[in-house]
Amino acid sequence: MSNNNSQFPQWEVFIQEKSGSAFEHAGSVHATDKKMALQNARDIYTRRNEGRALWVVMTDNIASTTRDDEEEFFDPSEDKIYRTPNFYKMPAGTTNL
Amino acid sequence: MTDEQKLAKFEARILAGEKIEPKDWMPEAYSKTLLRQMSQHAHSEVIGMQPESNWVLRAPSLRAKKILLAKIQDEGGHGLYLYSAAETFGIDRAEMIEQLQTGKAKYSSVFNYPTLNWADIGAIGWLVDGAAIVNQTMLAKCSYGPYSRAMIRICKEEGFHQRQGYEIMAKMMTGTAAQKEMAQDAMNRWWWPALMMFGPHDAESVHTSESMRWKIKVESNDKLRQRFVNRTVEQAHHIGLTVPDANLKYNKETMNWEFSEINWDEFWAVVKGNGPCNHQRMAHHIKYHNEGAWVREAAIAYENKLQQKQKTTV
Ligand SMILES: [Fe+2]
Ligand SMILES: [Fe+2]
Repeated sequence: MSNNNSQFPQWEVFIQEKSGSAFEHAGSVHATDKKMALQNARDIYTRRNEGRALWVVMTDNIASTTRDDEEEFFDPSEDKIYRTPNFYKMPAGTTNL
Repeated sequence: MTDEQKLAKFEARILAGEKIEPKDWMPEAYSKTLLRQMSQHAHSEVIGMQPESNWVLRAPSLRAKKILLAKIQDEGGHGLYLYSAAETFGIDRAEMIEQLQTGKAKYSSVFNYPTLNWADIGAIGWLVDGAAIVNQTMLAKCSYGPYSRAMIRICKEEGFHQRQGYEIMAKMMTGTAAQKEMAQDAMNRWWWPALMMFGPHDAESVHTSESMRWKIKVESNDKLRQRFVNRTVEQAHHIGLTVPDANLKYNKETMNWEFSEINWDEFWAVVKGNGPCNHQRMAHHIKYHNEGAWVREAAIAYENKLQQKQKTTV
């Protein structure tokens, strides 16, 4: 890094709203290092108690699928409805199941 | 797939109410229009901090000062959300800032008007943020995922901006004759610039029809402006303020408040750079951007040092 007009590397911000809940993506920040990324994320995304824990991860380190591979990638799970409880027929009158 | 097939698929998705995400195929005109609009929006949030910060040191109480600071900090945050959303098109933030500083990119003209006294802070929160809320609530429904999500976040924060402004106006309207006069004077100066925020009439707006088809916007400028007028006229009357428009009248059939034609010559003059504060706003932005150079340098030097250290310890 050298250019003074650099916007710094981009980081993605994840917030945990309360203890036990999942970390959810909130947006991104720019920062030179982890500590600055966490501080910027706090200032930008948690000014109103949106959470009590944060993750930041460099955007370049995230791999993602695209809309173009969507079908090929996810279709294999589409015809396997036997993975859901409603696929099974229970004898009439069965309870607690 | 040919480009026509891709376009048909793209339009079908929009029609079905789906959001378009950064890596999806999109027509060039779609990303171009959105990028122009989003960077303009981001710049507006950032430049909009200037007229308000003019009164931070002269706020009438500690309470008022804390509120104003929090609001200005929010606006800076809005700018950041929007720059991030615009960056999903692959543009660097430094490039957007350069476009702003060289005049290639615009920001909302309303911020080229001066804040002359404390009542202006009330008028801005109530009228300017009020108009922004009407527009941004519409934009939260737009088809581009990152923009829509930024708008949802921003709308949540705007509620307090408008209320704190209205509170200032309402308080002044229960004060001395001089205070009432100040509030009315601010109303008179900010009313028309606030109406201009919605842009030209639909018939004259170059981008409207395509933007509507692709849900870059989902309601027209005139419709949004009318919604704002209807809400705001009643709020003005409620605290004893007069709307500075002799032709203002309520139409029982349409249930709209009808108002005079906007002074479009003034609108275009300010857009083209001849408003009262255009020069000052840009000079200020450039000055502080340059004066902040050492902070960026220090951050980069620190990071380089950290990496050096890591290399030698490994
Ligand atoms: Fe804002
Ligand atoms: Fe605001």
